Amino acid sequence: MTKSDLIRRLAEANRHLYIRDIEKIVATVFEEISAALARGDRVELRGFGAFSVRDRDARLGRNPRTGDEVRVPDKVVPYFKTGKELRLRLNMTE
Amino acid sequence: MAGKTVTRAHLAEAVYQEVGLSRSESAALVDAILAEITGSLLRDGTVKISSFGTFSVRQKGQRLGRNPKTGEEVPILPRRVLVFRASQVLKDRINRHPGRS
Repeated sequence: MTKSDLIRRLAEANRHLYIRDIEKIVATVFEEISAALARGDRVELRGFGAFSVRDRDARLGRNPRTGDEVRVPDKVVPYFKTGKELRLRLNMTE
Repeated sequence: MAGKTVTRAHLAEAVYQEVGLSRSESAALVDAILAEITGSLLRDGTVKISSFGTFSVRQKGQRLGRNPKTGEEVPILPRRVLVFRASQVLKDRINRHPGRS
């Protein structure tokens, strides 16, 4: 499923709403999550999962093609932990 | 760590502010988005949200683990796990946040 499939499915389930409003709602949700992570905040969606950011130290890497050492600066990376309910549902035999 | 936590209620409030829907309908739409993503992951295993990231279900094989308390070996059964890969756009955005050099 892609973002446009998601919008289409939501539109089918909510025929009283304009597509452009649904597009705006979907965009808002992902924008809010992204903005929170950019601030360093956590996003906790019970039953689904939690997004957070983690610090990675600077390290020496290597260009796999040339073998040259390259400095990899410290950075912040996004992290997602699956929620308990979803984790269980993924492993239910249906 | 900034220490703040954003929840479903915050997302619903943002939707409420952005679109002319009631608060309860805004909250229902946030839930519907998460339910659609969950349903799609359970059915076909991948959800790709452009400029945000990709969720995919991976099958893990059985391996031997160890009970850290007793040292006893226990098999970890084959299972399905969900992984999230952030898009380059999101990764870049997270690394640009103020307060860091």
